[in-house]
Amino acid sequence: MLSPRDETDLAAAVAAAEGPLHVIGGGTRPIGKPVTGEAVSVAGLSGITLYEPGALTLVARAGTPLAEIEAALAAENQRLAFEPMDHRGLLGTSGAPTIGGVVAANASGPRRILTGACRDFLLGVRFVDGRGSVLKNGGRVMKNVTGYDLVKLMAGSYGTLGILTEVSFKVLPAPAAAAVLLIEGLSDVQAVQAMAAALGSPFEVSGAAHTPKGLDGAPVTMIRIEGFESSVTYRAGQLRTLLAGYGEISVETDPERTTAGWKWVRDAEPFHGVHGDVWRLSVKPSDAPDLAARAEADGLLYDWGGGLIWALVPEGTDLRARLGAFQGHATLVRAGEETRAALPVFQPEPAPVAAISKGLRDKFDPRGILNPGLMG
Amino acid sequence: MEMPAPSAEVLSKKARIVARLSEALPDDAVIHEEHETRAYECDALTAYRCPPLAAVLPSSTAEVSAVLRICREEGVPVVPRGSGTSLAGGALPTADCVILGVARLNAVLEVDYDNRFIKVQSGRTNLSVTGAVEEQDFFYAPDPSSQLACAIAGNIAMNSGGAHCLKYGVTTNNLMSVTMVMMDGEVVEIGGAHLDAGGLDLLGLICGSEGQLGVVTEATLRILRKPEGARPVLIGYKSAEAAGACVADIIKAGVLPVAIEYMDRLCIEVTDKFSGAGYPDCEALLIVEVEGSEAEIDEQLGVILQIARGHDPVELREAKDADEAARIWLGRKSAFGAVGRINDYMCLDGTIPVSALPHVLKRIGEMSQEYGLAVGNVFHAGDGNMHPLILFDANKPGDLETCEAFGAEILKLCVEVGGCLTGEHGVGIEKRDLMYDQFSAEDLEVQMRVKDVFDPGWLLNPAKVFPLQASASRRDFAA
Repeated sequence: MLSPRDETDLAAAVAAAEGPLHVIGGGTRPIGKPVTGEAVSVAGLSGITLYEPGALTLVARAGTPLAEIEAALAAENQRLAFEPMDHRGLLGTSGAPTIGGVVAANASGPRRILTGACRDFLLGVRFVDGRGSVLKNGGRVMKNVTGYDLVKLMAGSYGTLGILTEVSFKVLPAPAAAAVLLIEGLSDVQAVQAMAAALGSPFEVSGAAHTPKGLDGAPVTMIRIEGFESSVTYRAGQLRTLLAGYGEISVETDPERTTAGWKWVRDAEPFHGVHGDVWRLSVKPSDAPDLAARAEADGLLYDWGGGLIWALVPEGTDLRARLGAFQGHATLVRAGEETRAALPVFQPEPAPVAAISKGLRDKFDPRGILNPGLMG
Repeated sequence: MEMPAPSAEVLSKKARIVARLSEALPDDAVIHEEHETRAYECDALTAYRCPPLAAVLPSSTAEVSAVLRICREEGVPVVPRGSGTSLAGGALPTADCVILGVARLNAVLEVDYDNRFIKVQSGRTNLSVTGAVEEQDFFYAPDPSSQLACAIAGNIAMNSGGAHCLKYGVTTNNLMSVTMVMMDGEVVEIGGAHLDAGGLDLLGLICGSEGQLGVVTEATLRILRKPEGARPVLIGYKSAEAAGACVADIIKAGVLPVAIEYMDRLCIEVTDKFSGAGYPDCEALLIVEVEGSEAEIDEQLGVILQIARGHDPVELREAKDADEAARIWLGRKSAFGAVGRINDYMCLDGTIPVSALPHVLKRIGEMSQEYGLAVGNVFHAGDGNMHPLILFDANKPGDLETCEAFGAEILKLCVEVGGCLTGEHGVGIEKRDLMYDQFSAEDLEVQMRVKDVFDPGWLLNPAKVFPLQASASRRDFAA
């Protein structure tokens, strides 16, 4: 395994590489087609290089453990607002997630519907492309339209366009309080309607999830609000009135319980340690119940007001075949190597779009050595 | 500002190009007489003008596709144009180009409140997108100052921001899909009514690419429910340092205002005289706006005012009703117009880390002395996006050049302190030749390779964004 100590070292290693490289951050998110190649770990590129709480900006080397960043932010009562998912439980991996891995996977959690995804908070990147050149794009300021936005392109590119060496983020204040409205017993269709009503209200819902099978086996719909305490109380009351027609509503405000509940959603905990493949679908929220029915899944979890569906299906199932044509995309997040080699892990793109993606890969990595084939 | 010499070959076959375009489009959609093309000779960067070879006004994606196919076959550069409000010269023509205006593509295609999106044709103006969803109390968040006139197509090309993006983000954070016509006429759909990309984030790449990768004809935009209410406060300070420290403390306190606007003495005085807003006599003025219910607003403003008092303000003014709120915003919203009344000016758009604010303002003041030109500063303080307005006299020989040199120095200073050349206006031609100050040759090369993928012939808006010398070999090869 190549373990460069710094960016220069990494650039030299990539330039000198004679075959495929398998890029690893913390190794906790083995998503995509299996890659054969020499492993390159960016763990050596670690450390927060700049943190200005008054400017809401943080810059860190790509190999910095996420935990280190979260601790530094917590000390100033701030956070990464996009709530990055921890994939370890779902994928059965160990190790420490890195900030570079978060970016490479554009890992975004339940709060994505209100505040945006990882890519929306990413202000700048430094990376080494497939030629071994050190490149930068974006910066550390919140508004920047200088040149093309390669920052977004790098987010979610799973190390196939370049190896991230440094990332800068906009961070946000952590709210003082949170409340979760819980509605029991809704069908999937009712739940998506209730979540749409909540999300279409002026009350700044920061999480809207539904499980057809909660901890006690009954369906539960969860609506989260965050902010100053009095504001949270007020909005919880308003939402309770707004959603009264959907059924009995209880409000949970205990910080430990609300945090644990949304971590359960964020990390797709219902499928931890459960046998089967796990797919992640991004869809138009109102299409969700119908698509979920077509999936004939053994387990379902809706997030993002229905816009995100987690589906558990028997090993080797081609979920896309069950779904037929649909608007959105399906990603095979958890499956054995054989299934991931056989099925497209990422949603196949229409020919003209696929041609653009291929064209970009050829420009960023002309030798095809960076996580080759990972994204199909 | 240098522009490439027009292609003699293209100029010589104007008649044939116009004939082919006229075959593909209705009669009134092709403009080629000299007295008519003059209407397209510039955008809002009016110091630079050049009538195009022709202008076309297609009414459908299919017509856009036909135009691009013809232009590609004939080797004619195409400059896409929204409403022509670019302050960076993004829609400046060359004499051998066809201006492709999307103004006639202005329909609302779909409104979906349950899924919180609107799908529009790209020539629709920014404000009329909100207009289409207002009856249900929804709005489209990005609000550039030119929102009454500017088109969504231009917003996407420049990734436009606005005063309220501190809370709601800029165009790219509110864009869900585009229908885009490639230079070869192929129509691609990127994104949809769902969130985030399944593969590479091409939508994020297209937004802000200044019309160089394709022509966007339709877009799906995120719409939001309007907050229950909003209210501004006005805070006056004796120094930029005090105002800067107040902004940092507000942000650190965990309050997230929807906007924090800043004006310096020159702008305060000019806008006050122009608008009668009744601004205080001070060095730095902040307008901070928060949203929510009445009680929520009271609580947030309570925190903000307490912080503000700690920095020894000259004045604190709360709005007691909608009229007073409007008066607080009145001067700020008329700032560019007010300054324009007293003088010619150049509006810059660099962004700096908020912490560098006092230092940068001090340096701008010193440079103003050195160059002998006055500067007013008005900007979005919450996110460090500055808009220094350099006053000059367009009728005085050499003044524009001095102003440009001064502007370049300010932008270099922005980069030096860790910021960038442009926060929301775009590079266009205006900042094109300063790109080496922010990027290495390799950083620019990788961006140009992206254009190679989308537009291998370099026909789309070719003389923008990249320094002419950097893009020369590609443009020459294409010619």
